[in-house]
This record gives sequence, structure tokens and C-alpha cells, in this order.
Amino acid sequence: MPYAAGRTEPGTRATTIRPAARRRPGRPVAAAAALLVTAGTLAACGGDGGGASTLTWYINPDAGGQAEIAARCTEAADGRYTIETALLPRDAASQREQLIRRLAANDASIDLMSLDPPFIPEFAQAGFLAPVPEDVAERVAEDVVESAVEGSTWDGELVAVPFWANTQVLWYRKSVAEAAGLNMDEPVTWEQIVQAAEETGTLVGAQGARAESLTVWFNALIESAGGSIITDASPEDPAQIELGLTSEAGRRAAEVMKMVAESDAAGPAFSTSNEDSSATGLESENGGFNVNYPFVYPRALGAVEAGTMDPSVPEDYAAAIFPRVNEDEPAAPPYGGINLGVGAFSESPELAYEAAECIVSDENQAYYFVTNGNPASATSVYDDPEVLEAFPMAPVIQESLELAAPRPQTPYYNEISVGIQRAYHPPSGVDPGQTGEAATELIKAVLAKEDLL
Amino acid sequence: MTTTTLPPGKKTEPVSAPKNGITDRARSERKLGWLLAGPAFAVMLLVTAYPIVQATYESLFDYRLTDPENRSFVGLTNYWVILTDSLWWQSIGVTAFITVVTVAVELVLGFGLALVMVKALRALRPVLRAAILIPYAVITVVSAFAWQFAFDINSGFVNSWFTWLPGVSENTDWFGDRWTALLVICLAEIWKTTPFISLLLLAGLAQVPEVLQEAAKVDGATRWQRMWRVTIPNMKAAIMVALLFRTLDAFRVFDTIFIMTNGANGTESVSFLAYRQTIARLEIGLGSAVSVLLFLCVVAIAFSFIKLFKVDLAQARGE
Repeated sequence: MPYAAGRTEPGTRATTIRPAARRRPGRPVAAAAALLVTAGTLAACGGDGGGASTLTWYINPDAGGQAEIAARCTEAADGRYTIETALLPRDAASQREQLIRRLAANDASIDLMSLDPPFIPEFAQAGFLAPVPEDVAERVAEDVVESAVEGSTWDGELVAVPFWANTQVLWYRKSVAEAAGLNMDEPVTWEQIVQAAEETGTLVGAQGARAESLTVWFNALIESAGGSIITDASPEDPAQIELGLTSEAGRRAAEVMKMVAESDAAGPAFSTSNEDSSATGLESENGGFNVNYPFVYPRALGAVEAGTMDPSVPEDYAAAIFPRVNEDEPAAPPYGGINLGVGAFSESPELAYEAAECIVSDENQAYYFVTNGNPASATSVYDDPEVLEAFPMAPVIQESLELAAPRPQTPYYNEISVGIQRAYHPPSGVDPGQTGEAATELIKAVLAKEDLL
Repeated sequence: MTTTTLPPGKKTEPVSAPKNGITDRARSERKLGWLLAGPAFAVMLLVTAYPIVQATYESLFDYRLTDPENRSFVGLTNYWVILTDSLWWQSIGVTAFITVVTVAVELVLGFGLALVMVKALRALRPVLRAAILIPYAVITVVSAFAWQFAFDINSGFVNSWFTWLPGVSENTDWFGDRWTALLVICLAEIWKTTPFISLLLLAGLAQVPEVLQEAAKVDGATRWQRMWRVTIPNMKAAIMVALLFRTLDAFRVFDTIFIMTNGANGTESVSFLAYRQTIARLEIGLGSAVSVLLFLCVVAIAFSFIKLFKVDLAQARGE
């Protein structure tokens, strides 16, 4: 814990260990190190004594944008509060694990946290989020894309502050679409892009690894087909949740998943491909199509700047709306991003909400979009000329966000998601006639605590 | 007589031993022993026994971390749920497979390395020992990442260097299939923990009396015969202790699987199952029950090693 260790005062600790060091001349360094580590850990557990004006913001790893926003808001606060950031693990599931364990132990050091939307109902239901003051709720939901407000809501109430809203678009190589004769100005279907990729010997990238991203993909497919993973959330008794996996839409989603995974366009490592590796596929010489988040574009530009990629590659990139499952039904792209929660055990929730409002200001959202590639939830940011210059595809992202469907909202999201990952992985092994039923049985048994996960 | 070992002279009671079995000296030694080991024993109780007891207690409840109010006593239901679930038995199978494969390979490799360390020139010995020990000093998560990157289809070198091997091609997705994934997991485990086993065996090798080797040489025994008839029988205790420690360790395998496959494609071990229930699902009761069952497995392994193979831990200490 280098962060925690940095907060101790080495001078005072060192004096307390000196007698021990003198007795055993061979070990002073080890003993001092051990004591310092212990002291550092204890100091971290006890919180720092810097007063109520220091807010700790638990952030997900990014390209440095949240730390910069924290510094800007600290400056704007004029001494009323200082925001310090603490880094959470890389993947969303581990972020949830760490936050929830800390909150279950009433950790007062969590003032603000960057939350992945599907976990928000679980946090809210457990009473881990400080209630949003009415006036704040009104202000932060104004002029915000619908999916972000929906993702911050549980049981009819706004429980988190919408920050940035992510969505997946269909990234493609203009040259490949042209060679295959695919008109990308019109909505395309999964069948069309797989066929185009097979004809041109290129890849269709999606997230087939057994991870949260598989649920994201499956949810987009079933929502695009007009169905839903959960048809009745039944917050009172989780065992009574009704699932829509065996519906016609569920069967169709499984069909598309299997079709993509089994095609030649899926590439050799489809069952282990995640957002990063599928973006790598798009960058490679047989890159064709990739459903992925907007970060794909700044990532390619960054590689050009670093000299590891030819500038012609990102020039060949273009974005379209997520592919359709059925030709005549609009797609429902994935919705993600980050919303801000205020810890229920925070010593200064009012200041934390004040800070949250500063963090999600249009200016900061625009900055975050341009520098880190994380799209804003505030609609006005999409008219910002600076954003449009850095992200020529911003209008596509905004349109996608309006179509986007959130993942199932339930306090038992982890059980649902991991159950789906277990049943629908590997995607090539999916049986459209049976997997839905098997997944329903598994998830119901898990929710009734009759099965392991 | 096919093997040559020293007679167990120290084990027999001296003729002059008092009838009640304990001399004053033995008593004071025992007291000193308690004084020396007592503090460590107390700490062990605090950090080991307390969590075990708490886990056992919590395994009898239906308890979700985010919903402490609805905690209820359910008796042995959690154990029933686990033992009737095919996932548990699959995890036991995977864990046993990894344990048997890695420990067997490590024993052979570790013995070879121990021999190399013993026979190496005096000048080379420290360098050699350090070189052999390096993998053991690497953090498991780091070693898992290193092996994962090596076998990764995008960034790894294995797929381009080893295409001459049958079954390996540019497009081999090592982590996309159960058996290839388990192969890489086993390789990483073997690379990392062979030094541990070879260190224990090195200690055993050093205990083999040189007089026996010389006697065998005089009798005209070949190198091979001396290895099988003198060296190995004399270090049986050290081998058993090394096997026991490594088996217990291997049975709890977690980090490598977590990093490489996250349990996909049927590579979940028992520890992983415990993690899934306790940390990811937040079902403290069910997860504690998995942990208790894992603990019982480990106890059973230790017990069977000590009773069935008659491992004498005291002998390995050189008493």
C-alpha cells in the first residue's frame, strides 16, 4: 500500500523502534521495515486526521482524467474541501468487491466512489449510498441522456449522480466495408457484417471471454431482439425473479451469438477475447469490424503518436450504430460508464455531493471526453466544438446512448451476470434451443441458494 | 537387505531410563520447549484457530454480507447444497489433477536440481542456488501474468517459437480450451514451486551419511545402485516432508487460475469456488462452508500422509 504508507510520518515512527533495533544489530532494517508497514496499515485503517474537509474519491483506473478533475474541483472549492483519489482495481467486478466489503464494514473513508451502473441497485438496496438531496437530484438529472439517469435510479429514486455514459458502437474499417460493398449509412445486421468480413477475410471482434463483457454483449443482443434478461425484477423475493431467456428474443440472441462465434470472422481466440484484444484485432492487418467502446479511437491515435502504428489505420476507422439482430428492429446498444455514489458512512455527505456536482459539470465532462475518450452523460457536451473536433464520431455516440438499454437492474446483478457467463460460455457452444432454459434453471437455483456459482 | 540405512539407534530407550519415563532433565527441557514455542503457539491460535472457528460457525448460517438483518440459522444445509452440486465435484477433480501433476513433476525436477546443487563446484554453488531459487522469490500473481503473456495469442511468443511442436500453431488459443489451459496453469505452478521442493530435498541429501556412500562404493555398487539403495532410502523422511508441504500448497491453488482463466472452461479449483461464493456472491455462509470443506480436505491429506506413509516430522528435523 504505497498510498497509505505515504501518509505516515516516518520520523516519529522511527524513534519508537530504535531500542529494538539496538538489541539485535543484524536486523535493524528488517525490523524497521516491518514496523513501518504495520504502522502504515494501521494509519490507513484509522483514516487520516486531516479534518472533515478531505474527501476521498475511489476511482476506477483511467488515463488520469479523474485525478485531474479532482485537482480542478479542489481548486474551485477554495479550501472548503480537498479531493484525494484512491485507485480501485482494474475490472468492474473487483471494484465492486472492494467497495462492498469496505462499506459492509462501515468504512467512513469512502466519500465518493465511481460506480459501474449495474451494481448501483445492490449498493442502494444495502443502504451503502447516502441519500441524494432533492435539490441536487433535480440539478444533476437535468439535460442528461436518458440511459444515464435510468442507470442511476433504483426503486424510483435517483441514488447516484450521472457522470459519464458509455456505449458500444460498431467500429469498422472504411476500406473493408467498401470492398465488401456494405452501405454503412444504413443500419446493418450481425449477419451482414459477418458475411462482409468472411468475404474480405477480415475479423468481426466482440467480447466472447467469460467476463462481465459477455453479459454486456448478450444483454445488447436480447434487448435488440425486443426481449430482456429480467422480465420481472421482484425486489422483495429474489427467488421469484422472472427471466426472459427462454423467450423468442432470448433464442434469437443465442442464435446470433453462436453464429458470430462459429464464423471464420470470429478469429482463433474468440472465447477469450475482451475489449482490449478485440480492439487489437481491429488494429491488425485483418481488422474489419469491432463492437466496442469509444476508447478504440483515442487508443489508435495514441499508438500513432507513440510511433507503433501507421497513421493510415485510424484514418480508416469509422463508427456506426451497433448492429441489429433483426433487420426491421432498431438495435439496443450496451450502456455503461460511471456514476458517482456518496458513501453512506461518509463524515461529510453534503460536501461530497457538492464535490460530485463539481465533478460532473459540463466543462469537466467535456474535458474527460476529449482527453480520456469517455463520453459525457450531459447532452450539451455533444455540441461542444472541441469535443466534435477530437471525436468526429460524437454524434454517433450520442445517438447510440439514446438507443442504449441498461443491463438488468437488480440487487442480485452479480448472480444473474455470472450465471449468464457460465451458461453462454464459450459462445460457440451455445445451443439456441436449450441454453436459455439451462441458464434460467441455474440462475433460479442460485438465487434460491440451492446451487453454487 | 536391499537398502542401507542407519539403524534407528536414537529412538530406543536407554537401559537406565527411569520406569515412569520422564527424567528431571527431560522435564526441564520440555518446560523450556514450551517457553520457547509458547508465544508462537499463542499467535498461531489467534491468527489461525480463530478464523477457522469463525468460518465454521458462519457456515451454519444463511448470511449475505449486504443483508445482515436476514441472517438465519440453517444448520448443515449449506454443506448439503455444496456436496450435491456437480460444480463442487468438478472443482475437486480439477484441484486433484493440478495437485498430482504438479507435485509429481516437481518431485522429479526438484530432486535433479538438488543433486546439481550438491554436486556443483564449490565456487559455483552460491550462484547456482540463487539462480534456482529466483522463481520461488517471484510473487505468484506476477509469475501467472508472465506465463499468461507468454502464451497469449496476441502478445505471446510461444505460438511463434513452438510451431514445430505437434498441436501448436500460430492460432492456438491456450486459454480457450480446458486441457491446454490446465497445461499452462500446471507449467506456471511447476516453474514457480520446484525450487521449494528442491530446497527441502537438498536438506535431505545433506543428511545422507558419507560413510554409507563410501561403504557402498567399496562393495562395488554402481552410481545408480547407490542412488536407489543408499541415497533415497536415507532421505525418505525429507522426501515425504517435501511432498506433504507441496501437496498441501498445491491443493489450495488460486492465484494462477484467477489471473489466467478466471475459472473459465472448467478450470475452477476448490479455493476459486470458495472465492466465488464468499467474495463475489457475498454469501458468507455458503462460502464459509466451502472453505471449511477445503480445510477438511487439507487436514485429510496431512493426516493420511502422516499415518499412511508414516512420515516422521521429528526425524526430518534431524532429531
